Amino acid sequence: MFSKFGFLASAEAGASPVIPKPAEIAVGFIAFGILFLLIRARAVPRFEKAYKDRTEAIEGGLERAEVAQREAAEALQMYKAQLADARGEAAKLREEARAEGSVILEQMRTTAQEEATRITASARTSIEAERQVAFNSLLNEVGALATELASRIVGESLDDVARQSRVVERFLEEVEKSK
Amino acid sequence: MRGLWSQANPGFVPPSSADFDFAPIFGDSILFTKPVLLVFLSVIVAGSFFTLSARKAAIVPSKLQFAGESVYTFIRNELGRDVIGPEFMRFVPFLFSLFIFILTNNIFGIVPLLQFPTMSHIGFPIGVTIFSYVTYHYVAIKKHGFSKYVKDICFMPGIPKPVYLILTPVELLTYLVTRPLTLSMRLFANMFAGHLLLLVFTLGGEYLLTSGLILKFLSLFSFGFAIGLSFFELGIQALQAYIFTLLTALYIAGALADEH
Repeated sequence: MFSKFGFLASAEAGASPVIPKPAEIAVGFIAFGILFLLIRARAVPRFEKAYKDRTEAIEGGLERAEVAQREAAEALQMYKAQLADARGEAAKLREEARAEGSVILEQMRTTAQEEATRITASARTSIEAERQVAFNSLLNEVGALATELASRIVGESLDDVARQSRVVERFLEEVEKSK
Repeated sequence: MRGLWSQANPGFVPPSSADFDFAPIFGDSILFTKPVLLVFLSVIVAGSFFTLSARKAAIVPSKLQFAGESVYTFIRNELGRDVIGPEFMRFVPFLFSLFIFILTNNIFGIVPLLQFPTMSHIGFPIGVTIFSYVTYHYVAIKKHGFSKYVKDICFMPGIPKPVYLILTPVELLTYLVTRPLTLSMRLFANMFAGHLLLLVFTLGGEYLLTSGLILKFLSLFSFGFAIGLSFFELGIQALQAYIFTLLTALYIAGALADEH
């Protein structure tokens, strides 16, 4: 009865299943050996290579991204610095220009003032001179004229007012003409 | 082969270990029996699948490469790196081959037409176990030297002296006999029992079909059970391949460890 259920069936089926057949041990050994050599030579190195490449690709990508980010940040910093510089420069220039402008303005004003003063002074001087000349000549002429007029009036009759005024008018006309 | 179809119904003959014996397919050499041919087929199937999937080793894997790599990664990281530690890379080809070899042979048990788990012939597990056995002893001897290795096994440090009376024989037995024996036996027995179970339900269903009308109907259940059990077997087949590889990795890790 029991013999029908397996291990003790060796009587009808030959050897018990727990007794190994040497040929099968050898086959198992050799077959596994072949597979092992094949896998070691052709599969594992390539899987490892794929791993390595992938790791490098990912790490390389991250590294490159990091470098790019750093560079971008540096560039931004630089541009900001440059912008600040430029702004400062512009402000300075404006300040300088303003200062310079006011200096120039001041100078010009002073110059103009001086010029004006000088012109005024020279004008005054020349006017004074001319006046002096005119005065001198007038003085001479008036003297002469007065003398002439007096002689004329004296020459004519002094009692006639109309005549007198005629004499004066005539005299003035002559003076006018003689000029 | 079993006379189930003979006119005079002889009654149900339950499957036995005799169902695991195959006559040579041609000639009379044992090298041409079904199990032996299946073992070589497994080498071709597993070998070509994994070499093909590894062939391109692309950074962005194809479906095939992804499938192969998933299995490889699992063994490499879970059994190699996590169990063995820093020196694991040396053993990955071995562990990986071990796993796929046993897995392929086990799965043959439920592949239609093949339907025989080759590891249910104890010779094959023994053939593979020899590799594990030699490997973990070799690794330990190379790492610690022969005398220190023997001393470590026989006289585990930090134990009261009288205990060695019991412990030394047990340890010796463990390292030299029990480990390889259980390694091959566990795999063999699981595959053997699983196949026997499937045989019971398929042969039972077959038998019921030849019987009366009600029993014919009942054969549906028997076949249904056989199909359900096939999926259950698939789990066991994968689990046994995993356990065999895990234990080998543990033995190697033990051999590399400074203290046993």
